[in-house]
Amino acid sequence: MQMPEPRRTVLDRAPHILRRLEAALPGGIITDPTETRAYECDALTAYRCPPLAVALPRTTQEVAALLRVCHAEGVPVVPRGAGTSLAGGSLPTADCVVLGVARMNAVLETNLPDRLIRVQTGRTNLSVTGAVEAQGFFYAPDPSSQLACAIAGNIAMNSGGAHCLKYGVTTNNLLGVTMVTMAGEVIELGGGHLDAPGYDLLGLICGSEGQLGIVTEATLRILPKPEGARPVLIGFDNSEVAGACVSDIIRAGVLPVAIEFMDGPCITACEAFAKAGYPDCEALLIVEVEGSDAEIDQQLRQITDIARRHNPVEIRESRSAEESQRIWLGRKSAFGAMGQINDYMCLDGTIPVSALPMVLGRIEALSDEYGLKVANVFHAGDGNMHPLILFDANTPGQLETCEALGAEILKLCVEAGGCLTGEHGVGVEKRDLMTHQFTAEDLEAQMAIKDVFDPNWLLNPAKVFPLAISASRREGTDLRGAA
Amino acid sequence: MTAPLTPASEAELAEAITVATAPLSIDGGATRGVRGAGTPLSTSGLRGITLYEPGALTLVAQAGTPLAEVEATLAAEGQRLAFEPLDLRAVLGTTGTPTLGGAIAANASGPRRIAVGAARDFLLGVRFVDGLGRVISNGGRVMKNVTGYDLVKLLAGSWGTLGVLSEVSLKVLPRPETTTTLVLHDLSLRDAVAALSAGLGSPFEVTGAAHLPETGETLLRIEGQAASTAYRAGRLADTLASFGAAEMREGFDWTPIRDVTGWAQDGPHGGEDIWRLSVKPSDAPALAARLPEGAALRLDWGGGLIWVAVPPGTDLRAHLAPFAGHATRVRGAASDTIARLHPEPAAIAALSAGIKARFDPRGLLNPGAMGPDQGTG
Repeated sequence: MQMPEPRRTVLDRAPHILRRLEAALPGGIITDPTETRAYECDALTAYRCPPLAVALPRTTQEVAALLRVCHAEGVPVVPRGAGTSLAGGSLPTADCVVLGVARMNAVLETNLPDRLIRVQTGRTNLSVTGAVEAQGFFYAPDPSSQLACAIAGNIAMNSGGAHCLKYGVTTNNLLGVTMVTMAGEVIELGGGHLDAPGYDLLGLICGSEGQLGIVTEATLRILPKPEGARPVLIGFDNSEVAGACVSDIIRAGVLPVAIEFMDGPCITACEAFAKAGYPDCEALLIVEVEGSDAEIDQQLRQITDIARRHNPVEIRESRSAEESQRIWLGRKSAFGAMGQINDYMCLDGTIPVSALPMVLGRIEALSDEYGLKVANVFHAGDGNMHPLILFDANTPGQLETCEALGAEILKLCVEAGGCLTGEHGVGVEKRDLMTHQFTAEDLEAQMAIKDVFDPNWLLNPAKVFPLAISASRREGTDLRGAA
Repeated sequence: MTAPLTPASEAELAEAITVATAPLSIDGGATRGVRGAGTPLSTSGLRGITLYEPGALTLVAQAGTPLAEVEATLAAEGQRLAFEPLDLRAVLGTTGTPTLGGAIAANASGPRRIAVGAARDFLLGVRFVDGLGRVISNGGRVMKNVTGYDLVKLLAGSWGTLGVLSEVSLKVLPRPETTTTLVLHDLSLRDAVAALSAGLGSPFEVTGAAHLPETGETLLRIEGQAASTAYRAGRLADTLASFGAAEMREGFDWTPIRDVTGWAQDGPHGGEDIWRLSVKPSDAPALAARLPEGAALRLDWGGGLIWVAVPPGTDLRAHLAPFAGHATRVRGAASDTIARLHPEPAAIAALSAGIKARFDPRGLLNPGAMGPDQGTG
């Protein structure tokens, strides 16, 4: 993974820059190499680089003060939520300041009549729900890292989760932000009201991978908890039939909150690890619906009627909270199960649901060609795949083979009418694949947005766009950005 | 006025913009009463549904496709556009054919916006031609996509000022089997907003929450399969019992609420200006108390959307100072002092102007459509 050379203009003046940062945030700047090492990577651990310094502010004003120093001194800034990015979104460079929001985790306002909550963005995803749960509300986006991941990172990557089919992703549940621009200006977008008076800048900020500003506070939509929820587990003897069943369920007008899919290798691994009692089969669906008991029964009946037309090997309808938990147990431990038997790389491409059988077939062929096993577990309702490529990091060359196979699978997703990443983000991981999804003009239009918000390309500069095409902007040799 | 340009393909659209030397006035069906100065350029020649997969809840269509054609195609498969795009022809006295691209460019959303989201929330992808004639694609046709910046949201509600949409992809949803509306009578504005809030905060999935002072009705909509709708409507009525006995109206049509047809150009408020305020729902009662005497109002979105009819030339914003939100003048004569869209704070206006300057550096696309400062690059 190539990263830009650290700027000499920063490294040569490091003592001066660090003094200014320390003056902006007394006691809040970490420079000791034993401590900055904790920030050398995020959850994409294959790539590491300790930053010049780490700053952990507590308020929006402190973030603004720090950014003003970095802006004046030409220091790149890498924003960091909880460091759970699987795409290297928070990977530092040696010349950068990592600006972490971990100390900003307060609930600022809970407003049940208007169904919103305002939080500092270092707060974890699950603890947002935790703050309103007793009153019968929840925050809908539920990435699987929700115990650890921060709202700041959720906004940067427009995180999804298992329940998007019904509730949408972060951008559909984000009402407003307080954001600091690279120049240190504090702006407010959105709030308790809906829609923008002018251009939808809030929509633009969400998913911009920390490249347009640092979001310090967020107003989030909260929803009343449904009366209940229960899943049904359906096993098939091939993936193609499972895919057709998903399509038929959706087409029939049922709108489950989640449809999860696991293939044979994944089922076997989960069964060995979690002993959830899954049937021995080639494809498994977990379909969850919500409502009152009677409503759930009716929807599950409709779903199982459809499933029966596809000759399932097993249908297991949950009748109780315990049974629901058992059905989810294997799925929720899928990643842990894989980690027990192998190193793995988790991909995140999305495809149209109709392309599922073709894509699964091609993945199998690619897996044979590259000699690495692939297990598939994904959100079938919305086409967001998570192929897990199994490899051995201790065998020389396997990481590289795995990355090459991963790139082929993601290109396949694009070719099938989908995209490179459904919820993890581009980061550094998929940066160099962007030209497979976008034309030069598509990417130019996106980079023009960064020119407006961050003309000097100091915020998280080496992410999202292939280095070659962002070089002139990052190196300040392109005057388009100079506004 | 020059003869209108009606490109029949994306390539023709790109060519028309590339060679343009003077401003273009962009429209779909010209039904929403907003047009910039310049040579008319209509997307009505870009017509047709490109792809529809009911099993994946996705539809892709050319921007000039009539909304009615899209809705009929979806209805045939038991699906619909869940954001319920409003039709302002009656209110504005316009006569064109609303297009899909027009609804997206206006981010036009109806009563269900409070429950499921706006047009922008259902927009999965766009293709558009920017002010230099470049064809740009963003997003796609899948529901989860975080690949690169989300220009899809930016284009929704940009009124053709950043680019002319050529194709849009949408997430669609199943059309429910039944609809029931609970009606509460003669509540004060404060109680009405409290009742709507209690309904929206219940687990019974309210998908419409309006209050019409003219008839004294407070309305909450429940949709779904027959048994489920009946169950939830009953439970909701119990939840709201303290606001009085609820009348149940099966299959009640929300189109007149969506389109504010009671305030049609040829109706009782015909000569008045119409405004649309977006506020925090719980601010609605206090805000209503500050409106100029004689103003008529109706609430949607649980109180978060306030429609107001006032005498021509009234600057409604002057009354709203203490409240966060924004006010759009939907009907009324163009004015030098009262902008159609709510002015943005300077820092945000500077960012918006920066974006406009990069997408349309020659200032050709719909100049003035988003305000007097817009369009000069």
